Amino acid sequence: MEPHIQVRDLNVYYEKIHALKDIDLEIPRHQITVIMGPSGCGKTTLLKSLNRFLELNESTRMSGNILIDGEDIYALGVDVTEVRKKAGLLAQHPFPLPMSIYDNVAYGLRIHGMCPNGRSVDAKVQHYLLEAGLWEEVKDRLHFPATGLSVGQQQRLCLARGLAIEPEILLGDEPTSALDPISAQHIENRLMDLKNEYTIILVTHILRQAKRLADYVVFMYLGKVIESGLPGEIFDNPQEERTLAYLEGQF
Amino acid sequence: MKARRVLQPIWFSSVLLPFLNRRVKDRFVGGAFFLITILPFAILLVVIVSLILRTQPILSAHSIGELLTGQKWYPLKGQFGFFPFIAGTFWVTFMALILAVPPCLLSAIYLSEYCRPRISAVAKPLLDLLAGIPSVVYGVWGMVAIVPLVQVFSSHVNKWLGFIPLFSKNNPTGYSILSGGIVLAVMITPFIIAVTCEVLRTVPDGTRLASLALGATKWQTIKYVVLPQTRSGIFAGVVFGASRALGETMAVLMVVGNVAKVPSSIFDPAYPLPALIANNYGEMMSIPLYDAALLGAALVLLIIVLFFNLISTIALRHIIGRSKI
Amino acid sequence: MKKSQIEEGIVKGFMLLSFSLVVCSLGFILVTVIVKGLPALNLDMLIQTPKGGYYLGKEGGILNAIVGSLYLAGGATLLALVFSLPIALFLKTYSRRKWWADYVRLSLDILWGIPSIVYGAFGFTLMLALGLRASLLGGIIVLALLELPIMTRGMDEVIRRMPIDMEEAAYALGATRFETAMHVVLRQMLPGIVTAILLAFGRGIGDAASVLFTAGYTDRIPNSLLRPVASLPLAVFFQLGTPFPEVQNRAYAAALVLTVIILVVSLGSRWLSARMGRYTIK
Ligand SMILES: Nc1ncnc2c1ncn2[C@@H]1O[C@H](COP(=O)(O)OP(=O)(O)OP(=O)(O)O)[C@@H](O)[C@H]1O
Ligand SMILES: [Mg+2]
Repeated sequence: MEPHIQVRDLNVYYEKIHALKDIDLEIPRHQITVIMGPSGCGKTTLLKSLNRFLELNESTRMSGNILIDGEDIYALGVDVTEVRKKAGLLAQHPFPLPMSIYDNVAYGLRIHGMCPNGRSVDAKVQHYLLEAGLWEEVKDRLHFPATGLSVGQQQRLCLARGLAIEPEILLGDEPTSALDPISAQHIENRLMDLKNEYTIILVTHILRQAKRLADYVVFMYLGKVIESGLPGEIFDNPQEERTLAYLEGQF
Repeated sequence: MKARRVLQPIWFSSVLLPFLNRRVKDRFVGGAFFLITILPFAILLVVIVSLILRTQPILSAHSIGELLTGQKWYPLKGQFGFFPFIAGTFWVTFMALILAVPPCLLSAIYLSEYCRPRISAVAKPLLDLLAGIPSVVYGVWGMVAIVPLVQVFSSHVNKWLGFIPLFSKNNPTGYSILSGGIVLAVMITPFIIAVTCEVLRTVPDGTRLASLALGATKWQTIKYVVLPQTRSGIFAGVVFGASRALGETMAVLMVVGNVAKVPSSIFDPAYPLPALIANNYGEMMSIPLYDAALLGAALVLLIIVLFFNLISTIALRHIIGRSKI
Repeated sequence: MKKSQIEEGIVKGFMLLSFSLVVCSLGFILVTVIVKGLPALNLDMLIQTPKGGYYLGKEGGILNAIVGSLYLAGGATLLALVFSLPIALFLKTYSRRKWWADYVRLSLDILWGIPSIVYGAFGFTLMLALGLRASLLGGIIVLALLELPIMTRGMDEVIRRMPIDMEEAAYALGATRFETAMHVVLRQMLPGIVTAILLAFGRGIGDAASVLFTAGYTDRIPNSLLRPVASLPLAVFFQLGTPFPEVQNRAYAAALVLTVIILVVSLGSRWLSARMGRYTIK
């Protein structure tokens, strides 16, 4: 099957720091790709290059190509907002927008003019809150500020908000690391449900979570991709010493 | 680790000093310092009380309502109506706010959200400089550059828009509310920009990123996410700017015309309270009740300014303070 | 192009326009003062006091005002420093009760907001009560009132930013609060303190409304605290008020001198704090 995302010869620098070195990667469609590696190896940087967040920082430079569906997202004339609409982000800490729960989900719809008439907004908000597993908990207080939710609920709200703009790709940067075990479980279950429709890229430090979720594993070390492949191969029979060392908890 | 090294000499000296002696010294200095912190309250109190006391003579001759709403100012006849001066103060301040607020807010948004760090690093000293220029220099600039421009401008505007009372012209000199407003607007610009930048900084970056990640443009993010959250803080910043404008004396005095009449057009001259006080201090001891009237004007000005200043200061402490926690 | 992008472009254009407007106003002011002031400026202006007939356009200079302003602002800054430094240090090291420190800060913020003309009027009544005439002393006292909140809050802001653990380190080594204040806080914060002092000095030297009532004006350089004294802002103001173009030109020159002093003070404080910053722990 044709890979959904292709990363070709990607190099990223922050001032003098060479954060990503010659990354070549193919990410399969409608599967969960888990990126692992010790702290500071460039996982967040790789995710940020996929939704063009790197350019928000003045001091970054990059070279190479990233293709989504065969189209270079860094080509001249590509609309950044379209790229970001295609690749939704679930950050480490939930940041609800300073508005009501309902408006948080409707925000993206309005920004992109996806709901010409008002009634369908209601339906879509309900749909995506259901999909994120939050509907039952918030259906009576849709118009209260989103900041009143618990952190775990906020993260699911962020998921619903991200889903509402109908992305093809979900980028999760340790989305469960700030959550309690039950909320984390919630998010994991959602991701499992969603992988039939979305290409999911998940950064995690939790080995067991990776084993539970991964369809494809990428192992990074000091800005390089050391090894990538199916979970069976990587977890049980790593080819590289450094992967083995990481899996055994030596970093 | 580095801190240790610097602290070494203190450590030695404190071991060498007798223990008791140090404790006593500490207590004593602590008490003295505490007494000095009462000074700001004391100054505030003495300023207000002494102005009130010195205003007494005129308050016993006229009622407060009569003074505040009176339109006539003839000290020799014993008529002291503050209304034209209060009106003039607010006209000029309002003019300044109308001119200053839109560019200030846009500049603040530009500096804190858009521009490269290098530009904002250059902008800060420039704004500090603008804030540091003495008010007589602003006055000179107003007289030399702004008043003639306003003079020309007013005759053109009058030709086309003269039928609107706000733009009608019965003053050919250019010394007018518009001139005063322009000069004041530039004077309060650095304050409003600084406060607005500070307020915008209270929105966490993660919130901005959340909006951008959904494919919003930068401006959409500002319009729908940042500004709604900072509305009250920005408003407080504008009120703070107003409180600075209300009390400004020399620069305004030099360009605003100083005619004791309630203005009705932006090309009319006005006579704000600070100008009244500054212009007449010389003869105030020679006419009965005149000194009480002028100090009364100072009291009225102080009350107005304190009102605006207190609202904005308390609001800003709350807003900027809260999100720093 | 999408609507959102067009909107973004338009707004960004307005922002750039606004910011250039602000910068241009600054340029406009400086250029006006230089263009008007430079032709009228000469050495005599700077080293002579007014001679007979000066205010009709004859010989003399504004040395009286330059020296007077330095006396006034220098004296006021010293006087304000005596009070503001203890207050700022107290706010950091002694105030275990935080609410008291907050009230002190609030009162300083309110004092900062009082217009200088009100300080002037207040100073005038104070001097009447004390039986003082318009004099150097009166001017210094009122300017010190004006500078006190500026200086104290300026110091307080930098002292507050000092990392708390350094202070705690000093306590842990057995230093008393007074020793901590004197040795650690003061040494660390010296650049910030100097900046605050120079900021207050700049405000003091530029203020006209408060010295109008209290310092008077004279052609001579005062030789006692009880003599009246001239000042640059008032030299500008009074000379502009005369009907003679020669004298008005000298007002522009005085304005230029005043602006240059302000520039030097503000650049100097930047340079000093950058220089001294090297000797403190970052
Ligand atoms: N904004 C930045 N400016 C400068 N250097 C940066 C910046 N962001 C990241 N780096 C550097 O780039 C390298 C990769 O950082 P990155 O955040 O991608 O690591 P990570 O794998 O996500 O780590 P973690 O697991 O701790 O989140 C690190 O050495 C980091 O110090
Ligand atoms: Mg990371």
